[in-house]
Amino acid sequence: MRFLFKTDYEDDIRLFPHSGYIVSYGILLAFLAVAPFVLSSYLVSQLVFVCIYATVGVGLMILTGFTGQASLGHAAFLAIGAYTAAYLQQYNVPFPVYFLAGGLLTGVVGALVGFPALRLTGIYLVIATISFAFIVEEVLARWESVTHGNEGMRVKTLSLFGQAVPQNGPAFYFLCLGVLILTIIGTLNLLRSPTGRAFVAIRDSETAARSMGVNVSLYKVKSFAISAAITGLAGVLFAHKLSFISPEMFTLQLSIEFIIVILIGGTFSLHGAVLGAIFLVMIDPFLTYLKDDLPVIIAGIAATFGADSITAGKIHGNVAAIASANGLKGAIYGVIIVLFVLFEPLGLYGRWLKIKLFFQLFPLYKRATFKRQKIYVKSERNR
Amino acid sequence: MSYFRAENLSLHFGGLKAVDSVSFAVEKGEILSIIGPNGAGKSSIFNLISRIYPPTSGKIFFEDQDITEQPAYEIAGLGIARTFQNIELFENATMLSNLLVGRHRHSSTQLWQELLFLPSVRAGEKLHRRRVEQVIEFLDLEAYRDKLISGLPYGVRKVIELARALCSEPKLILLDEPSSGLNVEETGDMSFWIRDMKTELGITVLMVEHDMTLVNRVSDRVIALNYGRVLAMGSPSEVQRHPDVVAAYLGA
Repeated sequence: MRFLFKTDYEDDIRLFPHSGYIVSYGILLAFLAVAPFVLSSYLVSQLVFVCIYATVGVGLMILTGFTGQASLGHAAFLAIGAYTAAYLQQYNVPFPVYFLAGGLLTGVVGALVGFPALRLTGIYLVIATISFAFIVEEVLARWESVTHGNEGMRVKTLSLFGQAVPQNGPAFYFLCLGVLILTIIGTLNLLRSPTGRAFVAIRDSETAARSMGVNVSLYKVKSFAISAAITGLAGVLFAHKLSFISPEMFTLQLSIEFIIVILIGGTFSLHGAVLGAIFLVMIDPFLTYLKDDLPVIIAGIAATFGADSITAGKIHGNVAAIASANGLKGAIYGVIIVLFVLFEPLGLYGRWLKIKLFFQLFPLYKRATFKRQKIYVKSERNR
Repeated sequence: MSYFRAENLSLHFGGLKAVDSVSFAVEKGEILSIIGPNGAGKSSIFNLISRIYPPTSGKIFFEDQDITEQPAYEIAGLGIARTFQNIELFENATMLSNLLVGRHRHSSTQLWQELLFLPSVRAGEKLHRRRVEQVIEFLDLEAYRDKLISGLPYGVRKVIELARALCSEPKLILLDEPSSGLNVEETGDMSFWIRDMKTELGITVLMVEHDMTLVNRVSDRVIALNYGRVLAMGSPSEVQRHPDVVAAYLGA
């Protein structure tokens, strides 16, 4: 067990509390640096999606995890970033400019969404953000002079300082990774400054935040704007990764995927956004695998237990029909959310902390350490 | 002119007169207690001062400035801090970050500076931390710096809430039942701290309290309320002997 002996206020401000963090993050960084050269191109492509989803996850974490404002409209912010990139690219605007413009424009739209959201909380806010997402989807489909409607827009290969950066090459991977790391560092900086503390204060008690001098409305709008801007930046990368965008890519399902990212990762820490993104992106190849191989496996098992070839063929057909049924992915996501909310509300990162503590305290770990209990002191609060 | 003044302050919820044209003044550097039976309108007066409710009528003055129309978040900026009867701490944060939120009115850094964590932000953080440490030392909270509020006992939370209010370096502090839920020993500590706030930190105290031992020990003056109206005002012993107050508590 390690005891941190603090001798300076700096000890509570620095990002890495002790040398162990530097070692483990160093190893992680080294792995990520060599990844595109040793992993298969499919896995590298998935890693790019992890980076993009994690960036959105960090943005959503600021809003939902730290400010306590739920949003099911982040697919729309992603769309605004993506379409800004595709539109400006037609006029040969260089990448750094339209990258920042995508973030900025999305941030402004986020702030505008933040204003009506000031009067809404909980489920009503969720409904308001869903409606916003529908509005954006509709606008993208109808505003054909700018967005080419349902035909979609082709996004040209990214070019940075005259160099082409193909979306499947290692350079694009490093670009996405860099954006993710900078976003995380910026967010961590924010969280250790007055603004981040004001966000957390609003999440836990608006009345108390207000009586401590926090302008709750202003900070909610700020939180919306920052969250949207980060998502917009991710949107620019998303557009390049897919090289083609159309309105039906940015549906409610995508917003739900972002919620899954932070819910499964753990809504109280930025680690959660990254872990959730890894989980969500990596579950996709797993589902594809199930779709292709599960019928064969089940039919094989049935054959081993003496089913004749006709019955085995039927079983194969039935399982294949279920595995490729429409909306199965959505159903599986739903089940995953329910299971996590019920059994692991702190998400993957919460589970990791428990495992870590188990080894730190071994053999003194007590089962009741993380037993959830009801708290009774939270009565008739001012809301 | 008084330091703090409430003039004909009223708060009506439909036909219910929670506060009914109450006027009082607080002098700089005094400890004024408001007593009264349950539902007398004591906490409502606090909620009017900190602008959680807008008053139905009446005016509030602080340092000769009319603060009746100020938005709630600017009240702290004027130097008025408060605690809550039912503890409104930020439950899923550590005590340190709770106290640092108390410093919010003194922070002046911009968003872009914070994103980059420029030296000015770092210096500000250290300054805030130094002030917070002074309050921690004043209230003996050294043991809880990195503890989450949700895991702390009620008595400690009560003190942390007082600490958070003190971190904003207020000129006037509103204490809503500082001793509720505390045992005899903790109430004793609380009375010393309230006295020290007045003598050492020069803070004016306005407090709502039921525990008459605490009221007698610390207050310079007492106001007794019932049904939203002022029954009596004066020194603790005067108010307790006042026939209307006796009638309100014991029944006529």
